[in-house]
Amino acid sequence: MANQETTALGERLNRRAVNDFMLKYAIYFVFVILIIAITFKEPTFLSIENFRNILSMSATRIIIAMGVGGILITGGTDLSAGRMVGLAAVISSSMLQALDYPRRMYPQLGELPLIVPIIAAMVVCGAVGLVNGLIVSKLRVPPFIATLGTMVAVYGATSLYFDRPPYGAQPIGGLDKRFTNLGSGWLGLDGRLSLPYIVLIALGIALIVWVLHNKTTFGKNIYAIGGNPEAAKVSGVNVTKNLLIAYTIAGLCYGLAGALEAARTGGATNNYGNGYELDAIAACVVGGVSTSGGIGTVPGMLVGVLIFSVINYGLTFVNMSPYWQQIVKGAIIIAAVALDIRKYLNKR
Amino acid sequence: MSAEYVLELRHMSKSFPGVKALDDVSIQVRPGSVHALMGENGAGKSTLMKCLFGIYAPDEGEILLDGKPVKFQNSRQALDGGVSMIHQELLSVPNRSVEENLWLGRYPLMGAGPFRLIDAKKMRSDTKALFKKLNMDIDPAVWLRNLSVSKIQSIEIAKAVSYNAKVIIMDEPTSSLTEHEVAHLFGIIRRLRSEGAAIVYISHKMEEILEIADEVSIMRDGRHVGTWRSSELTTAEIIKRMVGRDLTHRFPPRANVPGEVVLRVDNFTSAERHSFKDVSFDLRRGEILGIGGLVGAKRTELVETIFGLRFLESGRISLNGREIKIRSPVQAMGDKFALLTEERRATGIVPMLGVKENMLLANLSRYVGRTGLINEKQGISDTKEKIADLRIKTPSYRTLIKDLSGGNQQKVLFAKWLLTEPDILILDEPTRGIDVGAKYEIYSIIAELAASGKSIIMISSEMPELLGMSDRIMVMCAGRKTGILDGKTATQEEIMRLAALFE
Repeated sequence: MANQETTALGERLNRRAVNDFMLKYAIYFVFVILIIAITFKEPTFLSIENFRNILSMSATRIIIAMGVGGILITGGTDLSAGRMVGLAAVISSSMLQALDYPRRMYPQLGELPLIVPIIAAMVVCGAVGLVNGLIVSKLRVPPFIATLGTMVAVYGATSLYFDRPPYGAQPIGGLDKRFTNLGSGWLGLDGRLSLPYIVLIALGIALIVWVLHNKTTFGKNIYAIGGNPEAAKVSGVNVTKNLLIAYTIAGLCYGLAGALEAARTGGATNNYGNGYELDAIAACVVGGVSTSGGIGTVPGMLVGVLIFSVINYGLTFVNMSPYWQQIVKGAIIIAAVALDIRKYLNKR
Repeated sequence: MSAEYVLELRHMSKSFPGVKALDDVSIQVRPGSVHALMGENGAGKSTLMKCLFGIYAPDEGEILLDGKPVKFQNSRQALDGGVSMIHQELLSVPNRSVEENLWLGRYPLMGAGPFRLIDAKKMRSDTKALFKKLNMDIDPAVWLRNLSVSKIQSIEIAKAVSYNAKVIIMDEPTSSLTEHEVAHLFGIIRRLRSEGAAIVYISHKMEEILEIADEVSIMRDGRHVGTWRSSELTTAEIIKRMVGRDLTHRFPPRANVPGEVVLRVDNFTSAERHSFKDVSFDLRRGEILGIGGLVGAKRTELVETIFGLRFLESGRISLNGREIKIRSPVQAMGDKFALLTEERRATGIVPMLGVKENMLLANLSRYVGRTGLINEKQGISDTKEKIADLRIKTPSYRTLIKDLSGGNQQKVLFAKWLLTEPDILILDEPTRGIDVGAKYEIYSIIAELAASGKSIIMISSEMPELLGMSDRIMVMCAGRKTGILDGKTATQEEIMRLAALFE
């Protein structure tokens, strides 16, 4: 009798442990199931080439997500991310048009070292990020509104810069080979085992952000600020300073992502990056970042981005209508968060 | 001038819109002593301490630390200057680990230059050393959200101690602690005192103050009433000075006569793990049934299950002899239950709404007229009536509830539930965080309700309250009922024995 009871209890505990495990890694299961489902429909999906394509597609998104993710962790949000990507794309490509291209924005400009325009884009976006941070921390404007404002304003600024005589609102093209090579070339031993440069860069950024979040005072502080701002304040954390850093780092990320996006696609217009902020926020949230702050990990954000790339690429691969893809994406956002939130609800 | 006082507050004044929170307060604290700060809610104790800790800027006044004037602009400066604080509202980050909470704002770093990393090993060993010194046993890596409130409070205490401050402010440090943990805290306080630290101790619990404090400063209405050696004071004298009048009786006379059984709970077992098991009791008309026990006895879980907020695995409940099933608070209210929840700020008031909106919240459907719109007039007149009945101190029914004192907020919540005309009123810690004067008024309301035939279940962690107000006292320990005592003959010792039966 007692024996029976203990077995029943053991089973219950077991089931609970399995449940907890499933919940903890729910998002990774979704990821794997998604790939299995697509492969089941189209076995050729499992190829190195497809995965390389998915990774290249993800690279700039990963960098944007790293920026937005840090801000979400502070309990904030950043709607200006996409427009900043556009700003960075326009700035960097305007400075890197090939010397023999007839319609150069700056005809007198010599051949710049590759790094200069990228740094320029990052500095400008970093400055906008700093402004975001100042508006949020000093003027106390809620992040949603603050970055909604800068989102609109940045688009205006990008368009002013972009739509000028003599060429007006023409896409900036004819980019320097070195630049486009950075965007579409890869590093590898042979043709099969290789990784695109931008993927390497994105992974490098992810690693840096992981170290920032987990190994530095700044990282620990943003989790505390997002988790309980008052607690951070009375523990002597300089909330303003940490918010400024988080928004500035995010701006730097968007700047880099924008430059790489221009390099990858071989051009830029003022509409580049439109809507990327929502994709990045969705990816973070699907990856377990809480929009109310204080929760989120870099591996989670990575998987979040990859899930969306796999959906985009994989569902197109199996010839699903793009309209249906949108519906699937929407459902996944909601389902992932509904699942993820169980982690925090079940211990009431 | 090796100062006689480690801390001197001189002529401190601070006004908020509409209130003078501090009015020329001067208090001196000696090193190596425990200085209790007492007063009703709203007397200005917390405001005074927040001025000292750099959270508020005082309008006037001077703060001297070790004889030198200081002016802390923020908490960082206060901590660096040798003042640490345990905050009343338990300021911690639930989704971070114990050690990350402990060292927040001063993580140990390694390496050099601007890119220094956190020294995780040192953080772990510092945490272990601190816990060992304080005789605490908590896993440094576990997330705070997985710990009980009393454990979290212990961590806040450890954190405040770890700054090695000259002055440690403790604002209601024991509000969530068990008796055992309070004894442990007092051990820590005595050691800090012998090491020369000064402790400013804010509490409403008289027994604690008289046990631990060397000196007692009393505040009333933002003013400093006086400072006495605690050996010169008695509970009655403290209360008299706090409220400015005699309170000869802490509890009102009760005229209620328990009648027939109205509620019967049989073999209640929670659907949650580690919750209550096999609890049975009954409740009579016009009776006040106290429920005593330590934190973690699962008393709140029990009453929340009765009210439909949580779920049962097994057990039956019958009302006036008829078995009922309650699956939601709406059903419970339909069966004439009301529940005044434990956490007034978290689950009671809606801070940004007015007194009227808060009062009518549980009962709005009654005010919907034939047009489908809410009948404002009826709502306003009912609110005004309850404000008068319960002697709620509020400028108007439109005042935001967050601007009222704790006691008056609680009265608004009482009024909210009374408007639903319940037969059975469940009160979970009805006087927690409420000052002595307002407590008496809450007791009077409870006594009147019982006398008018309402049945009352009252969870309380305060022994005198249980003994002073209950007809019968049910004691729980670790989710089980350990006994039912007669309120007239029960003693504190008996309750404690039952409350700690499985410890």
